[in-house]
Amino acid sequence: MADLKNVTDASFEQDVLKADKPVLVDFWAEWCGPCRALAPVLEELAEENSDKIEVVKVNVDENPGTAAKFGITSIPAVYGFKDGEHVASSIGAKPKPALEQEFADLLK
Amino acid sequence: MTELTPDQVHDVVIVGSGPAGYTAAIYTARANLNPIVLAGSVTAGGELMNTTEVENFPGFPEGIQGPDLMMNMEAQARRFGADIRHEDATALKLTSDIKEITTGSGEVLHARSIILATGSAYRELGVPGEKELSGHGVSWCATCDGFFFREQHIAVVGGGDSAMEEATFLTKFASKVTVIHRRDELRASKIMADRALANDKIEFLWNHEVIRVEGDGKVNQLALRNTVTGEESTLDVTGLFVAIGHDPRTELFADQLELTAEGTVEVEGRTSKTTLPGVFAAGDVLDPHYRQAVTAAGSGCVAALDVEEYLANLP
Repeated sequence: MADLKNVTDASFEQDVLKADKPVLVDFWAEWCGPCRALAPVLEELAEENSDKIEVVKVNVDENPGTAAKFGITSIPAVYGFKDGEHVASSIGAKPKPALEQEFADLLK
Repeated sequence: MTELTPDQVHDVVIVGSGPAGYTAAIYTARANLNPIVLAGSVTAGGELMNTTEVENFPGFPEGIQGPDLMMNMEAQARRFGADIRHEDATALKLTSDIKEITTGSGEVLHARSIILATGSAYRELGVPGEKELSGHGVSWCATCDGFFFREQHIAVVGGGDSAMEEATFLTKFASKVTVIHRRDELRASKIMADRALANDKIEFLWNHEVIRVEGDGKVNQLALRNTVTGEESTLDVTGLFVAIGHDPRTELFADQLELTAEGTVEVEGRTSKTTLPGVFAAGDVLDPHYRQAVTAAGSGCVAALDVEEYLANLP
């Protein structure tokens, strides 16, 4: 499965807020066990829905600005963006069906 | 339903992948029972995946990281041929002779026996503001989230080993950690308690409980009540880590077998035998009391041996 694209503080606006498609952003860090568990699930979700959404990741350690901007204090946190707006989120490592439900509006 | 041929029916399926599930996998694999382990799509390895140093698992004199310990157990089970799948069990039918297990990918597995090693889930406080501010200051994973509270004052609620471990770990980041506990003594083991009590950054607030988590989009205050006098007060913190214990994870099968008053799976004496033939339990899901990695591993071994005996005596 393809690795998810890394988005940084510098590229967040271009890659996420100005993206054509809805974007799911995975806020993660190296030291976070549940983040590692969630990664393959998100890769699967990305592959299955590549026509509808893009899934990217933000390393909070290297990009504290973006995490702070959205008030993130728990990871893994998956935030859904559409037309530059934060519209849905999921906190913690959740199985694929739970994510599909949480982001159903973006996956339609 | 079409008749199943014997080779479509597995000897044993293990649901769960903490120390109990993986130990059961090691033993049943070595007994040539070709176990299938549904390890969980995001929960593989269980609770220890979220801990740091494990100092009390025998055989590791210098301690071992929780995730390393679990990956070792998984590798050990694989070495003997266990079929470990990072998938969830989404439905179980346990009452007939052949058990039916539906997986997250929609596959239906059939097995002569099953070991329930689903573990436990962290308990919530159940107070206003907790859910709403979850992920915005309320957390259940210190190793994941401590980073976000650098030089801040945060609170840990609970009085057991997990609470002490989290509080001690969080002092690496926080300027101050207040432990809120509803009693005036700790349930934690002496070594964990002493370590926390001796830490300058940790302050204890005895005989208090959290009655509300407050903040506009982000935690900024806790409403507390003194459990002795009933007096209410507030505490200004930016984070709250909840470590008040766990509840057995039984939602997949609670309506099919007997549970104890504590909500754990009822088993016969010191065995792993549940009230249904061919259905065995191991680890935290049957243990309201000890809940250690090593007791869970021992319990997984018991279940594997019980399964072996059960299968040998099937007509």
